[in-house]
Amino acid sequence: MDLLIANLSLGFGVALTLNNLMYCLIGCLLGTLIGVLPGIGPVATIAMLLPATFTLPPESSLIMLAGIYYGAQYGGSTTAILINIPGESSSVVTALDGYQMARQGRAGPALATAALGSFFAGTVATILLAVAAPPLAQLAFKFGPAEYFSLMTLGLIAAVVLAHGSVIKAIAMIVLGLLLGLVGTDVNSGMARFSFGVPELSDGIGFVAVAMGVFGLAEIMKNLEQNEEEREVFLAKVTNLWPSKQDFKDATPAVLRGTALGSLLGILPGGGAVLASFAAYTLEKKIAKDSSKFGKGDIRGVASPESANNAAAQTSFIPLLTLGIPPNPVMALMVGAMIIQGIQPGPQVMTERPQLFWGMIASMWIGNLMLVVLNLPLIGMWIKLLTVPYRLLYPAILVFCAIGVYSLSNSPFDVVITALFGFLGYLFVKLECEPAPLLLGFILGPMMEENLRRAMLLSRGDATVFLTRPLSGTLLVVALLLLVIILLPAIRKKREEAFQEE
Amino acid sequence: MKLKNPKDFWSGIMFASFGLAFAIIVKYYEYPMGSASRMGAGYFPFVLGCVMAVLGFIIIAQSLVTTGTPISKFAWRPLIWVLSAFVIFGLTAKWLGLVIAIVLLVMISAYGGHEFKLKESLISSAILAAGSIAVFVYGLKLPFPIWPEFFG
Repeated sequence: MDLLIANLSLGFGVALTLNNLMYCLIGCLLGTLIGVLPGIGPVATIAMLLPATFTLPPESSLIMLAGIYYGAQYGGSTTAILINIPGESSSVVTALDGYQMARQGRAGPALATAALGSFFAGTVATILLAVAAPPLAQLAFKFGPAEYFSLMTLGLIAAVVLAHGSVIKAIAMIVLGLLLGLVGTDVNSGMARFSFGVPELSDGIGFVAVAMGVFGLAEIMKNLEQNEEEREVFLAKVTNLWPSKQDFKDATPAVLRGTALGSLLGILPGGGAVLASFAAYTLEKKIAKDSSKFGKGDIRGVASPESANNAAAQTSFIPLLTLGIPPNPVMALMVGAMIIQGIQPGPQVMTERPQLFWGMIASMWIGNLMLVVLNLPLIGMWIKLLTVPYRLLYPAILVFCAIGVYSLSNSPFDVVITALFGFLGYLFVKLECEPAPLLLGFILGPMMEENLRRAMLLSRGDATVFLTRPLSGTLLVVALLLLVIILLPAIRKKREEAFQEE
Repeated sequence: MKLKNPKDFWSGIMFASFGLAFAIIVKYYEYPMGSASRMGAGYFPFVLGCVMAVLGFIIIAQSLVTTGTPISKFAWRPLIWVLSAFVIFGLTAKWLGLVIAIVLLVMISAYGGHEFKLKESLISSAILAAGSIAVFVYGLKLPFPIWPEFFG
């Protein structure tokens, strides 16, 4: 306990410096902004802003990037409630009941519930992160290469199970990601692989280019396919912000359940904010005595998923910060950001760079506080932004993407690669191949190869080492079980149903 | 023969060709395979390439016995204009400077949208150029030339 307090006060010491407060604020504001704007998600935005953070100190850069992620959860709910357009996919379910509440003239309580629920969930998840991270990191120190390899396998398989769409296509996307991640110089022999004599390629394909192409450019082209519908801004004057007593009574248990479920799902590989909000909504509907009100403006349908997505956004940092393994694409980008800053993600971050680790955790709580305070008064401004037509918006997004990618190496090379991945991403959309597993595989590719090689070297070529070492064996068995379970016809049907609501 | 599940069929083709391509490149360029205990540079990519090719073929086989929705039409117009605008920015940024590169990017990409309004795009590109220079060149000190090289 004393240690925890000491750690947290170290963290707050870092997070409360004027500079870091400012970057936290910038991150939260940017996050809210992209949360409000449909058609651009946190993955593309973080990819876009990465180059701009290279010159910042590591603490500030990660604080800001984290702010974007959880800020987006707040922003997404605002538009979901007020105009029935979920700015983020994690707010899709919020729109179901939130918008109905707004139509009944209860936009204020809906927004306040979302904000307060998110804040509560963020606080709990931050504490959870602070408490759970050190023992987990201790465990991670016991990991040898075999364990790491098995853990990554488990992580990738779990990502497939929890993603929607075809399982085998998702696995193929992972493998494609792993292979693309291997392009470049082999660290063991110094040999350039798949670079075809192009010097830039021997450094590997930049993950910013991949993320921005597949998530940013492809998204824009997909949006341009659809005819622009006039957005009807439903902005009945937001009056009477404070929820009634009855609202509090209904919402409080829902917030608690949402927080618990979200915290749990955030830690799981492949989980994260989107899955958490869907699961929380389904849970609320299942356990409610009278579920007929759902979809017609039930406050529980706002409170629970909003708490869940924020909790999950926060706890998904746990596997990243303790094991160095990203559970979702946003965290994969955070890995990239850390590596660029010269920090190898993993359990040693906590011991070697405590100011970074605890500073980031503390900043998350501060950021959540900022968001609650800022979000409600600024709603009018965010709504105004939505009246900007997409035809003006997307060239602006492209400009930021282009400047971001170009400044990676100050050469046209990365821009061209990004465009190629933009095309590939568009192809994935057309063929219904989920791109998230690709990005995870891409980040994990080199790490997996490295650990596989080391494990095999240590065991003198005996592949059974992955099964005979207890920890590694268990992880692989769990991965196999997951795969078997999901391929069972009965479960497969259930899973398809579960994702139907999207 | 009409494909019953074109999305899966073509995904399978895509995965199989990527997998084969990686595996063949490893063999063609003779990346050292090494042994299981001392893996060479070619070992892991070769195995992964083969795995992906197999996955691709399984997906193709499955697509022949399942039914799926057809692939929606490619929207070539936004695809071509957006991507070429992006590449053109990359090629011109250093040579023509940030101002012209941004104007080109905005104008060309806007042309790929549903409705293109010349005046509107000109105004927004001017605002974006000015804003970007303020933020990126003066604020973040990214090393972009503002005007063309030959302007001095």
